Amino acid sequence: MSEAVNAQGIGKIYRLGEQAAAYSLLRERIAQAVKAPFGRGEPPPRVEEFWALKDVSFTIGASEVVGLIGKNGAGKSTLLKILSRITEPTEGRIDLYGRVSSLLEVGIGFHPELSGRDNIYLNGAILGMSRQEIRRKFDEIADFAEISKFLDTPVKRYSSGMYVRLAFAVAAHLEPDILIVDEVLAVGDSAFQQKCLGKMRDIRSKGRTVIVVSHSMSTVSALCQKVLWIDAGRVRMAGETSKVISSYLSEGAKREISWSPRTHYPLPLNYDTVFISRGDTGESIDPIPGDVPVDIILDFTVSEPLSPSRIEVRVASDSGEILFSSTSADHLPEQNHEWTLGSHRFRCRIPPNLLVPGVYLVSISEPRGAYAVVHDSVLSFTVSEENSLFARDARAGRIAPLLEWTMQRL
Amino acid sequence: MHTIIKPRRGLAQLDLAEVWQYRELLGFLAWRDIVIRYKQTTIGVLWAFIRPFLTMVIFTVVFGRIAKLPSEGVPYAVFSFTALLPWQFFSTAFAEAANSIVGNGHMISKIYFPRLILPLSSVAVGIIDFLISFVILIFIMIGYHTPVSARAAALPLFFLLCVVFTMGLGIFFASLYVRFRDMRHLIPFLTQFGMYVSPVIFSSTKIPAKWRLLYSLNPMVAVIDGFRWSLLGTTELYVPGIVAGTITSIVLLVVGLFYFKKTERVFADVM
Repeated sequence: MSEAVNAQGIGKIYRLGEQAAAYSLLRERIAQAVKAPFGRGEPPPRVEEFWALKDVSFTIGASEVVGLIGKNGAGKSTLLKILSRITEPTEGRIDLYGRVSSLLEVGIGFHPELSGRDNIYLNGAILGMSRQEIRRKFDEIADFAEISKFLDTPVKRYSSGMYVRLAFAVAAHLEPDILIVDEVLAVGDSAFQQKCLGKMRDIRSKGRTVIVVSHSMSTVSALCQKVLWIDAGRVRMAGETSKVISSYLSEGAKREISWSPRTHYPLPLNYDTVFISRGDTGESIDPIPGDVPVDIILDFTVSEPLSPSRIEVRVASDSGEILFSSTSADHLPEQNHEWTLGSHRFRCRIPPNLLVPGVYLVSISEPRGAYAVVHDSVLSFTVSEENSLFARDARAGRIAPLLEWTMQRL
Repeated sequence: MHTIIKPRRGLAQLDLAEVWQYRELLGFLAWRDIVIRYKQTTIGVLWAFIRPFLTMVIFTVVFGRIAKLPSEGVPYAVFSFTALLPWQFFSTAFAEAANSIVGNGHMISKIYFPRLILPLSSVAVGIIDFLISFVILIFIMIGYHTPVSARAAALPLFFLLCVVFTMGLGIFFASLYVRFRDMRHLIPFLTQFGMYVSPVIFSSTKIPAKWRLLYSLNPMVAVIDGFRWSLLGTTELYVPGIVAGTITSIVLLVVGLFYFKKTERVFADVM
């Protein structure tokens, strides 16, 4: 098989506080020049350096779909930015064979004042499509986005759903040889997500190479043949999808008890932070003993009027099997509730003595008007064996509820 | 297609061929800036006429009528407008180009394209504005019955010089601005101060002969003199000044381009 990507010894150094140093540099240089006009002056202030990536090497064959997984801050985004040529590596070399497109965010360059039609052209050009290519695909893009009737309306009048769909539609019609995608698929209603996944499979079946970063193990499993696991700036493991995912999950590498979305879409409800805390003390801590309630705390901001809807939380085992799901409106007969503008907090409490010791993955949904978006496995927590009924005598079962037993004389 | 990604060392490569490949994006960005600028305003594109015209009226009243500055024997309105035209092109295009990288920081950190496209598209927007205000000049010259000679054919050359200077300085300051945010205060100051240093409201013939060459190191002197010479033909062309201004502009463009290419690798990191 021919090669599409060959990366050898990639390293990237970041200087912490470089920005702060840059701001003050001019003043300091002037001060130095005044103090020692002919001397070499004092050395510039030291900035702390760290390797965001180090010795990263891998090859990707043509028409392979490769998933990039790893914890937040492991270096996935840096690697993606280097592959996309947004930033330069400090060392190493990458050879890319073919036309490369990268999608780190959808709708780059979209302007609210411009019409849908104008934004398709503008965004297409930014993504590297030629005017001719856009013109050829224009109808297809408008159909895919389901906005054909609103092509001449400025996108500032679009609903959030329309805006996101349009942004996706343009991106989905890129025809590169190598496509680099960052988790952007986690947006849109489920029908639209299916459409996007279908489009990704299309791309794969056309023999294109895809590199996708995702937190969603189900997306990665469904799409990728190979997975690259990045941990602390290095390649931890590379190979067949199921093997890498299972070692990644079994190691509990995804143990993140707090999550803040990096990108905010122009949508009515956005999460600020979502985290796990102990139900008794309120500490955000992991693991949690078996007899303590587990709280999932969801802080969010409603910035636009939103039709009545609900938030859903899903708890899955570390193998990805959904154990149960619960919504913020389960106790209401109408299954939905009203929203008021501003910042709010939901607390979803999982009762004590329910879960067996182990690692759990939490997915949350975000209502966006008439539909919801699922953020897959963004949190994970551990129930420890401490005070767990299940661990007390190593009994069998998938859950460990403390049931009510009564005895009466007959 | 084969792309190699590796750290760049030593003197930067200009990669102008790649900028050419992305020329359509340059066009789209310029078009976006123009459309957006006028989309929200009630009188739209009329602003492109009003701004230079009103400046000319004020200058004529203040400097021509009240201060009675000499104007090489032509009506002050015509005299000042021939200079205002290239000056306003320079000051707006330079300020926009200098701000183009920081102003589009979000795009820089999310997608790759030759970064030079951004300051270049700002200059392109300036050229379109220039062409619009040029129409006013034609009307003013007709209104004042100013004769036009064959020398007007040289005008595009002087405008080209102005574009080269604006691009050079704009590209240079665009990359300086990324590193030194002080530029936010310096740039408006430069364009304001620069107008009084350049012969916009007065004639460069008023500069003492022994200082004239030094004065002409400012390329806008050559540009404005050239505009007045080709459109009004009131004075002789000071050739050493034109040469000095051309050399400054070219040196500045080369330095600006290399400095930009050398620093662009960290744009996304410090944005």
